[in-house]
Amino acid sequence: MQDESLYFIFLNAAVVNNFVLALFLGICPFLGVSAKKDTAWNMGLAVIFVMLVSSMSAYGINWLLTELDLLFLRLICYIAVIASAVQLVEMFVKRYSPALFRSLGIFLPLITTNCAILGLALFQTAKEYDFVQSLVYALGAGGGFMLALMLMAGLREKLELARVPSVSQGAAMSLMLAGLLSLAFMGFAGLGGSHG
Amino acid sequence: MAELPNPQENLSLDTFLRGIWTENPVFAMLLGMCPVLAVTNSTMNAIAMGLATTFVLVCSSLLISLLRNWIPKQVRIASYIIIIATFVTIVDYGIQAISLELYAALGAFIQLIVVNCVILGRAEAYASKQRLHTTLVNSLGMGAGFTIALLALGTVREILGSGSILGVALFGEGFQPWVVMILPPGGFFVLGAWLLLFNWLRLRKERRVMEQSGVAANAG
Repeated sequence: MQDESLYFIFLNAAVVNNFVLALFLGICPFLGVSAKKDTAWNMGLAVIFVMLVSSMSAYGINWLLTELDLLFLRLICYIAVIASAVQLVEMFVKRYSPALFRSLGIFLPLITTNCAILGLALFQTAKEYDFVQSLVYALGAGGGFMLALMLMAGLREKLELARVPSVSQGAAMSLMLAGLLSLAFMGFAGLGGSHG
Repeated sequence: MAELPNPQENLSLDTFLRGIWTENPVFAMLLGMCPVLAVTNSTMNAIAMGLATTFVLVCSSLLISLLRNWIPKQVRIASYIIIIATFVTIVDYGIQAISLELYAALGAFIQLIVVNCVILGRAEAYASKQRLHTTLVNSLGMGAGFTIALLALGTVREILGSGSILGVALFGEGFQPWVVMILPPGGFFVLGAWLLLFNWLRLRKERRVMEQSGVAANAG
């Protein structure tokens, strides 16, 4: 059991070890749906929701598998639960907001293969957080993901108005931007908190 | 299951080479970026990650290709993920048994191979439609392409960031390592630089083709 304060866990997951910019988790949606701010916002909400659900389930599964001594099944169970949670979100979004469903496109089902979510489940297990700590950790990680996504979307909206050399158009430019953002986030390392 | 017109690809050299150059998972399709950026701070990590991913890719593609007529369409993605997760668990325990040091260096990213889009992408786009031997060759090519991309990043970052390659120091005492290159921002910068290089090559080739056809049109 860890005795880190909840505030510290939240801050650590959201900025110091930002899932996208410091731990390289969830790069695909980060580059894929960061072209528009409102899409990025909705994507962020969906990811936070899936993170909360899978964090809770992962806590339960881990307890159950430890009791049953079946730890080698952990990875398979986690991914199955995440896939079901994503399916749930997908049905919900499709039912209540078809427009949003279209704008998120392929990236909605792809939340399943968003490593940030599986990463979250694995990290919280490795760090032995209790139930409340896990939830706060998930909230922090989701918030951090959203923060990075929104920042990137804002930058890219501005970038569309700028003239860049034709060689660097597209992914190369986005990566350079992401590098600069990541450089900026390194400044938060001084707030404390070890890696991971 | 509905009979879809599935052209079975014939085995050729291109089946293998495509994964390395024209459809390179990292440089051409931008798939599986997370491990590409996260574990390439040294050459050794890059090699290990490349091999582990290739193993999972080849094994799961083979199994999916074998079972392609038995997996119902509706639950195919879930089945693929379970198959992939099984092989990743094998790799996870395997690496833990072979080298604990390597296991610590790669950390959670071994288990995160499950969510590497390259593997699921191959399963959905190729292995679920093609015969066993073409799948084997194609997934080997993709794995090789992925490993080469990891190496391309890993070597550059290790040389710039630690002044060594595979742990052997390259420069003298006076070398001041460019530390940021082995830190997270370096991953973005080096990958961005590689993409710039490929873009530049592609544009130059297009221009040459244009010029040549222009010359031919003028002569004719």
